[in-house]
Amino acid sequence: MSVQAFDFEKPIMELEERLGDLRRRAEEGDERAKERLARAEAELDRTRRDVYNKLTPWERVLFARHKDRPRAFDYIKALTTEFVELHGDRGFADDKAVICGTARFQGSPVVVIGQQKGKDTKENVTRNFGMMHPEGYRKALRMMRLAEKFGMPILVFIDTPGAFPGVGAEERGQAEAIARNMQEMFGLRVPIIALVIGEGASGGALGVGLADRVLMLENAWYCVISPEGCAAILWKEGSMAPRAAEALKLTASDLLSLGVIDAIVPEPLGGAHRHPGETFANVEKALVEHLKGIQDLSEAELLQKRFDKYRQMGTFREI
Amino acid sequence: MRWFRRPTPQFITIQPPTQRERIGKDLWNKCDTCGAITRTKDFVANWKVCPKCNRHERLDALERLDLLLDEGSFEETDADLVSGDPLKFVDSKPYPERVEATRKKTGQNDAIVTGRGTIGEVPVAIAAMDFPFMGGSMGCVVGEKVARVMEMAIHEERVCITISSTGGARMQEGILSLMQLAKTSIMCKLLQENRVPFLSILADPSTAGVMASFASLGDLVISEPGAYVGFAGRRVIEQTIRQTLPDNFQTAEFVQQHGFIDLVVHRHEMRGKLITLLRQMRHLPAAEFDEEGEQHRINTPSPKPAEAPAKAKKKAVQSDSRKS
Ligand SMILES: [Zn+2]
Repeated sequence: MSVQAFDFEKPIMELEERLGDLRRRAEEGDERAKERLARAEAELDRTRRDVYNKLTPWERVLFARHKDRPRAFDYIKALTTEFVELHGDRGFADDKAVICGTARFQGSPVVVIGQQKGKDTKENVTRNFGMMHPEGYRKALRMMRLAEKFGMPILVFIDTPGAFPGVGAEERGQAEAIARNMQEMFGLRVPIIALVIGEGASGGALGVGLADRVLMLENAWYCVISPEGCAAILWKEGSMAPRAAEALKLTASDLLSLGVIDAIVPEPLGGAHRHPGETFANVEKALVEHLKGIQDLSEAELLQKRFDKYRQMGTFREI
Repeated sequence: MRWFRRPTPQFITIQPPTQRERIGKDLWNKCDTCGAITRTKDFVANWKVCPKCNRHERLDALERLDLLLDEGSFEETDADLVSGDPLKFVDSKPYPERVEATRKKTGQNDAIVTGRGTIGEVPVAIAAMDFPFMGGSMGCVVGEKVARVMEMAIHEERVCITISSTGGARMQEGILSLMQLAKTSIMCKLLQENRVPFLSILADPSTAGVMASFASLGDLVISEPGAYVGFAGRRVIEQTIRQTLPDNFQTAEFVQQHGFIDLVVHRHEMRGKLITLLRQMRHLPAAEFDEEGEQHRINTPSPKPAEAPAKAKKKAVQSDSRKS
């Protein structure tokens, strides 16, 4: 396998190598290798479970950023048919950090919006590493308004290290664009489902992420700040990022218990980047299920539930 | 539209700190911009505007309410909300300890003071962020109080005014802080649908999560001069683009030039400008201003400031001008 492995995956990689070796020898007729094969397989299985079921928050962050992790467009290709990409915010430009268009999901028309990271350096330059500019948020909003007009549910795939921090982005109102999107998404009279597939960094993610159902892949992260950013501010040191990841409670299971997301979409052992096909299937199943839960609501019920959901977010005490 | 629950606010009338408490021990104040030395007493009496260069020093929440509201009109709401510790967050010390220490230091329960009052006799629901309280950061309490003040504006037909002075969302409350962006932004949609006027006032600094939510969504966005206004931090941008940014980048004036701020208003003129705008929005007769500016300054220290700059010569609203 040529998938890049992290240090904490070393024991698995070593066992996989040994197992490959044993298999080859067993095929060549080595009796001792045949005997040891079953035990090695069991050991590999156990080690996999040990490592992947006990991933630390920081290890999940690394998974979420893995270069081979499926990107938004991979999900769009795998889960929808007839995708027609639509471009531009009708004001300034076409932001390629976000892919928008109409498609069919399970045969029914939908609007899809996906924050798109690149597969390689070249695509990352085009996609700006999935960091949107204001025109990206405005393009997404334009598509969501189309969805409302045409009565199509909206599927959003979130994967961004943050809204782009740059001169043009500030000049064109990055903050306003994100704020406006949340305000307007609240009023959209069609179902919205958002799925965090990789990184959900702060306002950059939430700017397209206000939804009736928010789902998260098992190894995705979603937080108010990146672990590095938090470490730099609170510990004055970027290398404290693993510690910050722990403190920030940014994993899917943390968010589920905090009531911020509605469900976790499981990833096969080893992560989405090792098993994209199964991951797509899991995502499809989750989207179908959650869409079913909201698509028959009346507009008034839909908006009321959306309001209730966000109005009550947060915890505080009264003294 | 009535599809949201109505909170039950508690009302406590607060006493703004006295002049003496504010001046503190330091007799002299040195301007961070031009170095001018002013007697602290005069500096405070001038609403902490440098008489030489007009630098607007930060005010705390109570000073801001003092500056803008009709004297004696303020009634605080939801003063008893304090933050929980949803993440059990610990950096160099546990978050609850940090909050406790800040509560003691500032006398506030969180980074915002909300309530009802009047400005030029127009009823307002107002929220002022308190920068001394953890950098005016927005966690669950700030988000909730902003939402409640907006609900109050809708139910009581008040103009909604927020005054931001904040570094953004509060990290220690993690994702729940982020969700306050959503919570406050959806409330802005309700203000819009109920045709409740909403004025967002920006003061130094107004950045990140608060700018990326309610503070950007005012019908009017008004800033104090020279305020740092933006989304991403200056240092983060410089690191990203590997260039040094010009001095005026992300100032209120810069942001106004790019079309995201309606007005940049000197602190001494802010109340007068609000009176004019609010009375227009409410179709009330124009306010009549007299020659003395001092009546604009609620709870102005007496005696009057010795050398108020010319700009401060504003006009006060007459109390008998109401007619509709
Ligand atoms: Zn000065």
